[in-house]
Amino acid sequence: MLAVDLLIQGIVQGAIYALIALGLTLIYGLLRILHVAHASLFTLGGYVGVIVTNQTGSLTLALCAAMVLVGLLGMLIYRVAYRPLLDKPPLVALIASIGLFIAFEEVFRIVFGSYGISFHNPPLRTQIEFGGGLFLSYSRLLIIVMAVSFLSVLAWLSSRTRTGVAWRATVTDPQMAASFGINVENVRYLNFFIGSALAGAAGVMVVLLTNLAEPTMGAVASYKALAIIVLGGLGSVRGTLIAALAIGIVESFGTVYIGHILDRDAIAFAFLIIALMLRPQGLLRAG
Amino acid sequence: MAYEIIVATTMAITILFALSLNIITGFCGQVSLGHAAFYGLGAYTGAMLTKAGWPLIAALPPAAVVAGSVGFVVGLASLRVRHDFLAITTMGVAFLFVGLVRKQEWLGGEIGIAGIPAAQFGRPGLLVLSIICAALFAALAVYIKRSWMGFAFDSIANDEDTARVLGIDVPRFKLWAFVIGTSGAGIAGALYAHHVRYIGPDSFGFVESVTVLAMVIIGGVGSVWAVALAAAVLSVLPLWFQFVSDYKLLIYGLLVFGVMRFSHDGIAGAVQRLLNRRS
Repeated sequence: MLAVDLLIQGIVQGAIYALIALGLTLIYGLLRILHVAHASLFTLGGYVGVIVTNQTGSLTLALCAAMVLVGLLGMLIYRVAYRPLLDKPPLVALIASIGLFIAFEEVFRIVFGSYGISFHNPPLRTQIEFGGGLFLSYSRLLIIVMAVSFLSVLAWLSSRTRTGVAWRATVTDPQMAASFGINVENVRYLNFFIGSALAGAAGVMVVLLTNLAEPTMGAVASYKALAIIVLGGLGSVRGTLIAALAIGIVESFGTVYIGHILDRDAIAFAFLIIALMLRPQGLLRAG
Repeated sequence: MAYEIIVATTMAITILFALSLNIITGFCGQVSLGHAAFYGLGAYTGAMLTKAGWPLIAALPPAAVVAGSVGFVVGLASLRVRHDFLAITTMGVAFLFVGLVRKQEWLGGEIGIAGIPAAQFGRPGLLVLSIICAALFAALAVYIKRSWMGFAFDSIANDEDTARVLGIDVPRFKLWAFVIGTSGAGIAGALYAHHVRYIGPDSFGFVESVTVLAMVIIGGVGSVWAVALAAAVLSVLPLWFQFVSDYKLLIYGLLVFGVMRFSHDGIAGAVQRLLNRRS
């Protein structure tokens, strides 16, 4: 049953990666910015999740609070940091973003302490048993269910609503969209709000699994999410989802079978390099 | 004096490290998010050799060769993937390096290599050696910038496809940029190993790669003196901010962000604008 266990672990990890990377890919698709500070928003989501749950005892409320707060902060980052840099070379925004990421990590350390914070009573720890000795905790199940439902809502929004159509039009051709009367600036704010809110939700989920929100938890998210959106073809939503699941599964099998020569990150990146050498534009073309 | 010598050595080594990335990213326009891997390759090569009894000076060329050879392979990758894809591929190379080293017992594994022998000529001697290496590399960089090769690099950085149409052998020059840049990082790494005398997988992580890239960008892409200045300042900045110890990384991060936000072409660009205004 080891293989099935590993597969489930990989899918859970992949679902979390997908939620983090999705916001990043939306932002890249619209603005061509590699937004490293996205990982700070993910960390903030984790903190808000723990604090609100501890204060009110309601995980649902915590999740909503995390998504809204983090989404708003994402919009603020766009306004303050990226909007003035849009006509500059993309490297400039990348370095500015890295600077922000370092600064945020320190803010978390100073405000919440370097050891991190945990739930008073960790929610959803009970295991449910499926046939054949297969166990799955409620928190893992919840992660998969939430990832799928968020993605479905997003898919529905982008294909069936006027806002979604405006959004896709802006991604394809901003100038043309603007001349058809779409307020491109509003689309960008919306984009940052949704992308960041998803990262916040992912933060809450990771804290549910590890029961620890700490300042450096964004580090993994920062580089691995970049790897995932690149592997997915930069700006391709479907590619990102496939890449997130692929990296999650490759990692969970890799650490068991070749863990003695490479560590977890190295396995993910070895996979990335091989994939990019075979398909230099990523798994799927942007579009 | 001892403290000043240590600070100055750190500065000289960091300048060499940043100038080596400047060849790849600044001159040739190939963004690398994994330059610390080559620093690490040089450090490990140098440390293993001097632990086996080699003198430090003799260990520098092998360190350059090992880093440069791996740099050549990564350069081959740069012929296949471009732009952001290349940046992430180089980042992957760095993680691969760290991940491999972590699991190799003969390289010290997780714990790293401690007790690296001090340079035979003492700390002041190491400082002089580091300054000589950095100065030589800076001279090489200035020479390249003015040569035909520098022109070819520039054209590749500006527009690779047009450069190819104009008959510039793009793959050859890209490979040269990677080999020169990574060899320089290898030398810097070997010096660093004998400066701090302890290295481990965590000395060459993502943060180090990003920091050196930040130095190049903050200095001003492609400008030799400005990158050297930025490297010198940023390498000692955390020391200067000791008095606000809890906040030093916060200030560092905000500074990096602030420079990009208000002067996107770095120190070189800001100085250029200042000069233009006066004339």
